[in-house]
Formats: sequence, C-alpha cells, structure tokens
Amino acid sequence: MNQPTLDKGTFMEKKTWTRFSPIERTARFLFYIVTVAVIVVSLQTIEVIPEFLLDAPEQIGDMLNRMWPPDVTYYPSTIHEAMLETIHIATLGTLLAIVMAIPIGVMVAENVTQNKALNWFARLILVSSRSINSLVWALLFVAILGPGPLAGAFAIAFRSIGFIGKLFGEALEESAPGPIEALRTTGAPWFSIMTMGYWPQVVPTFWAIVLFRWDINLRESAVLGLVGAGGIGVALNTALELFYWDRVSMVLLSMLVVVAVVEVLVTQIRKRII
Amino acid sequence: MTTNMSSASPKKYVRKRNWLATFSYLVFAAYLVYVLSLFEVNIDRLIVGIDRGGEFIGRMMPPNFERYSLLIEGMLESMQIAIIATTAGVLLSLPIGFLAARNLMPTWVTWLARIVIVGCRSFHPVIVAILFVKAVGFGALAGTLALIVASIGFIAKLFAEAIEEISLKQIEAVRATGAPFFSIIAFGVLPQVMGRFIGFISYQLDSNLRNSTMVGLVGAGGIGGTLFAAFQRFDYDFVSAILIAIIAVIMVAEGINNIMRKLYR
Repeated sequence: MNQPTLDKGTFMEKKTWTRFSPIERTARFLFYIVTVAVIVVSLQTIEVIPEFLLDAPEQIGDMLNRMWPPDVTYYPSTIHEAMLETIHIATLGTLLAIVMAIPIGVMVAENVTQNKALNWFARLILVSSRSINSLVWALLFVAILGPGPLAGAFAIAFRSIGFIGKLFGEALEESAPGPIEALRTTGAPWFSIMTMGYWPQVVPTFWAIVLFRWDINLRESAVLGLVGAGGIGVALNTALELFYWDRVSMVLLSMLVVVAVVEVLVTQIRKRII
Repeated sequence: MTTNMSSASPKKYVRKRNWLATFSYLVFAAYLVYVLSLFEVNIDRLIVGIDRGGEFIGRMMPPNFERYSLLIEGMLESMQIAIIATTAGVLLSLPIGFLAARNLMPTWVTWLARIVIVGCRSFHPVIVAILFVKAVGFGALAGTLALIVASIGFIAKLFAEAIEEISLKQIEAVRATGAPFFSIIAFGVLPQVMGRFIGFISYQLDSNLRNSTMVGLVGAGGIGGTLFAAFQRFDYDFVSAILIAIIAVIMVAEGINNIMRKLYR
C-alpha cells in the first residue's frame, strides 16, 4: 500500500500518514494470532466420537424417514392448545417485563436519574437479567412456582427486563433536552416531566422494542417446555421422549407457521406505529 | 401581553385522546385478567411461591465450588463449541450472504439463499440441537452444528443487508479496470462491509457463548448438561456455582469483545 504523505505547511517536519499507530498495529497482529491459536486449540481438543459421525448420514435418513409424513392428528389433539399456551406465555411475559422494565429503564438513564449509585444498581439488574438464559430462568421458576405456564411467563419476563430496560434507557438518554427544560421552567413536577416530556419522545421506540422482544419471546417460549415450563415445548418433549418423530415434525411445522405469521404481523404493526 | 391573553376567553389545554391507544390499553388489561385466570394465578399461590423462592435461594447459598473440575471441563467445552461454531458459521455466512444480496445477484439466487437463511433462523438453537443430537449423537459436535445453523441465520442475513447498502460507484470503478468477479468482491465489496462484519461476528460470538451453555440441556455438550443434572439432583449450591461461572465467563467475553471492537473500528 502506498502511503500518501501529508505536508500541512504549518508543521516543520513531514509526517507519513499511516492508518494505525504502531501500538494499534501490534495489538491487531497479536489479536489475529490469539484468535487463530484459540480456534486451532478448540478444533484439536473438541471431543468428537468418530463412530457417531460415520453413522450420521444413516441416522439423518432414518430421522427424515420417521418424520415423514407428519402426524396431522397431533395438531387438534395437543398442539393447538399448547401453541395457544406458548403465545400466552410470550405475551404475558412481555407485559410483565414492560411493567418491571420501565422503572429500571428510567433508573438507568443518566439524564433522567442523576444519581450514580442508582444508575449502577439498575445496570446491575439489567446485566444479570440478560446474562441468565431464559431456559435457566425457567428452571429457577419451575423450582419456585412448580411446573406450568406461569413459571414460563415469569422466566420470559425476567429475561426480557434486561433487553427492554437497556434499550428503553438508551432511548431516554437520546431524547431531546429542549422540551424537558421547557417543562422544567414551568415548574412541572417530576411525574409530569416524565409523562409530558420524555414519554411522547420515546413512545414509538418503546413500542418497537416491545414488539421486537415479543417476537423473540415467542421463539424462546417454544423451548421452555423442555424444562417443564409449559407451552409447545411440552408437546415437543413428549413426542421426543416417545420417539414419535412424525409428531415432532408436526410440532416443528406448526412452529414454523406461527413464526412466519408473527413475522408478517410484527412487520405490519411496526409500519403503522413508527 | 399577558393581560391581553388572560382577558381573552381562557383556553384550557385539552389533550386529544388517542382512541386507538385507549382501546389497545383496555384490550391489554382484559387480556391480562384472562391469562392470569387461565394460568390459575391467585394470591395463595404467589405467597407460597415467595416462601419457596426464599427457601430455594437459601439452598443456593453459599455456592459450592467443590466439584470445580467438572465445572471447568464443561465450561471449556462450551467455549470450544462457541468458538468453532462462530468460525464455521462466519465462513459459511460469507458466501450465503453474498448470494442473498439483491444488488449483486440475480433474483432467483437471492431467493434460494434467503430461504436457507430463514430456515436457519426459524428455530431456537436448542430445538436445532435436538435434531442434531439424533443425527450425530450426544456430545459437543451436535451443539456445534446447532450453533453453526444459528450463526448462519443471523450473520448471513445482516451481511446481506450490509452488502445491499454499499455504494455501487466503487464497484463500477473496480469493474472498469477489467477486474474479474472475485477481484470485484475482494476490492470493491469487502472493504466497504468489513467494519460492520466484525461487529456482527463479535455479537454472534457473544450470543453463541450464551447459547453454548444451554445446548447441553438436550445432550449437545457443554456446561448445560452439568447444570441440568445438578438441577435434577437438587444440588442447588452447585447450580449457583455454575450460574456464577457462566455469568463471569459471559462478562469476560463481553470485555474482550469491547477490546476487539475498539481495535477493529
């Protein structure tokens, strides 16, 4: 690469332009080496059982063979109800998450809550909510509330707090200070500033975040049944444990349809509100 | 001026009611009541739940790190799964993302590629892992394959979108020199999307790491299997140790990710 020289005239010495400083270049180089080394080490040490691998094409053929044709009668008998339950889990979970995430989002936004300790406390809640997978949340809530869709809804809610709270807090931080200052000069109380100043500015973003999360939650709540937290996952798990692969494929097909419908729905709603 | 204003009939500010919004809130409220009754939620159950929750947390404390060798072994396997899945996923996403970019490829090719991407994205990685456990048996390979699928669904999609947003002038310039197809991609397309691409990779590595701690739940390797076994044996103190380890690893990974993003800005 030819490096164009910069001579600004005001400087006495000529400077050769380089894109990165020597330290940056070394760091990038080291990073490459570490990355490659990590990949190589992982590939060498990962445990793969060769017998299983050789067997794979046969097993896949067997699986597809057992999956086809899908057992359509499983839909009215079990899947329909379980699918509705999954949708309820995702929706209730999202609604619960909204209720809990709004105060935390307000607390985390540095321009709204001018208290470093509160900011950090809220951030801690958000990070722990996001670091624990919804399946683990589900395991915890199944242990607390017993198996069933309520545990699933709580799992979804606690996992979503981190997501909704973080993005809502960021939206608040980006809101224009002008209207807020105008309200403050009129002597508006804190609550009015929130509802009249901040809320109208963030409301489209807020609903977009909630919709996005609802979409994710629908997919996530589909697996919660594997740990006993209700929904379509229970139907899937039952079929899997009994090796009814034709029922498994029916469950998967129904999931595919629901996900596609929801995708279209969410796109349409998003167009209307944003 | 103020006196003028007040002498005129005082106008009270009336906020225009958004009937659609009001209606939506009512529907939400009604739905909430309906679902809560459907799930048999009542005060008694919640009180019992809070009691049990307290007891549960009591049993989780203090975390028990006695079986640390098991913990480290599982955690390392999870990391291996995440790293290999991200690498392979990225390598596969590159061509698929190119094929899905509407500004570079004929329509029918983009449709095929898009169907592959949507197929990869529609199922939760854990469900994909179930299918791979059947196909290639229990162990880390099934988890890796499942996460490769998830990575393609995410990276290839974003990569295609990034390519669709590039400036075509540079491509034309490269093409004008008589460069062959691969040179156009290497010198016209890639330099424009590389920066964003690295962002996608770092995000996907993060997400794969989180999911690789979970695929063990269905026997696809990693710490998830250990976690699930501990849950089923009611070893809640070991469960909390595992959870702390997972959170710690994820936070360290996030830190490394931030460094990487700064380096490759």
